Amino acid sequence: MCLGIPGQIVAVTDAARMMAMADVSGVRREVNVAPIATGPIEDVVGQWALIHVGFAMAVIDEDEAAKTLEALRGLGEAQETLEAMAAGDAALEGTQ
Amino acid sequence: MKYADEFRDPKAAKALLAKIGAVVDQIGATAEKPVHIMEICGGHTHAIFRYGLDKLTPAGIEFIHGPGCPVCVLPMARVDECVQIAERPEVIFTTFGDAMRVPGTRKSLMQAKADGADIRMVYSPLDALELARRNPDREVVFFGLGFETTTPSTAFSIQQAAREGLTNFSVFCNHITVPPPIKALLDDPHMVLDGFVGPGHVSMVIGVHPYDFIPRDYGKPIIVAGFEPLDLLQSVLMVLEQIRDGRAEVENQYARVVPEHGNPASIAAIADVYEPRPSFEWRGLGEIEESGLRIRPAYAAYDAEEKFGIGYAAGPRVVEEIEGCECGAVMTGRMKPVHCPQFGKGCTPEMPLGALMVSSEGACAAYYQYGGARAVEPAE
Ligand code: SF4
Repeated sequence: MCLGIPGQIVAVTDAARMMAMADVSGVRREVNVAPIATGPIEDVVGQWALIHVGFAMAVIDEDEAAKTLEALRGLGEAQETLEAMAAGDAALEGTQ
Repeated sequence: MKYADEFRDPKAAKALLAKIGAVVDQIGATAEKPVHIMEICGGHTHAIFRYGLDKLTPAGIEFIHGPGCPVCVLPMARVDECVQIAERPEVIFTTFGDAMRVPGTRKSLMQAKADGADIRMVYSPLDALELARRNPDREVVFFGLGFETTTPSTAFSIQQAAREGLTNFSVFCNHITVPPPIKALLDDPHMVLDGFVGPGHVSMVIGVHPYDFIPRDYGKPIIVAGFEPLDLLQSVLMVLEQIRDGRAEVENQYARVVPEHGNPASIAAIADVYEPRPSFEWRGLGEIEESGLRIRPAYAAYDAEEKFGIGYAAGPRVVEEIEGCECGAVMTGRMKPVHCPQFGKGCTPEMPLGALMVSSEGACAAYYQYGGARAVEPAE
């Protein structure tokens, strides 16, 4: 459960809360970018990050992102994480 | 060598395996007198079994599976306390899915949910925060679980709750730290360890220096490693080279993700919200000094232990582990999972008796899942 999944930050959604939209394997998910936003928050847009339990924990390059995703698929972790994200959405709606 | 197809870069894997073989020979390690390497992280344990690295590497290397699966080291008492909180009618109890099947004395969270407790599996503590915003008349409790990789997420969430003045959100904190159990294992006179493969994603947060004591005080090498199979092979090679050369250092194999000093924003959030507990109980290992974190008094309003008078806040307590379960012996490397009398009989991933069978990061579940399918061809 300690592995992150790569995602690309596509837009800032709530600067006050340090929230941004990430694209994770084609799935859109709002994430907190506090760990990687060392300068103005807009600077994170376009960056690839390792996303762990909803937080962008480290900036990585695109090539590393691709390799990491492949390794996660091999371990079955990529699917598990995407399912966990969907479960989180269901939890909010009270439909679990 | 059919197995090599599994690797993204089979050639690189073969070359690394050949180098590993050569260094093992130089050291003179054999099946009878192996080098003991502990992979600390549960993610590494999973990868080792998934790719059959324990079979591909020479018999002179013995992997000892470390305590780095947060679900596996969660003591029964804490699961019981989760259930106790979750069964309160006003509570929405939120947790990572991994923790649902960990056995407690009475029941697991899964069983508590089936019995009607409002337990929801979330992806992030941010989901729990959002539930608290949407349900002002309910108490939303998040089950904070995990090592330094995960700790920042709950620290940031508690800070956010404080900024918003949310009064119906709290964290049941079970965050633990990697260095203290390593120290405890190294202090155990029965433990034979020659070197470590360290958890890369923990160091992504805390950097590499918290491990300085391992070479300095114990003369053992540690390599901070990524979790791709080639990362692991490379790291094993680096451990072996240090042993061969009589060196003991902290080396960073995963520098492309792990900065030497970690992530400053995450470290600051952890320090702001948490402080070490005098001691914390680990399943199979017992109480270990300063190995767990608790929420600082300044954030007591977000501490579920304080809010509900439960856990360490309720005073000392002892809960016996299940009889016939050898999790402790497996966790300290004294027993192989297959030698536990419960393995595959009373204890399976579907019906786990011990926590090491719950997640694919647990040594027993990894053995069970991949034991039959592992590549049998010896490394060339
Ligand atoms: S097989 Fe089950 S009971 Fe035995 S050590 Fe493993 S998890 Fe514990």
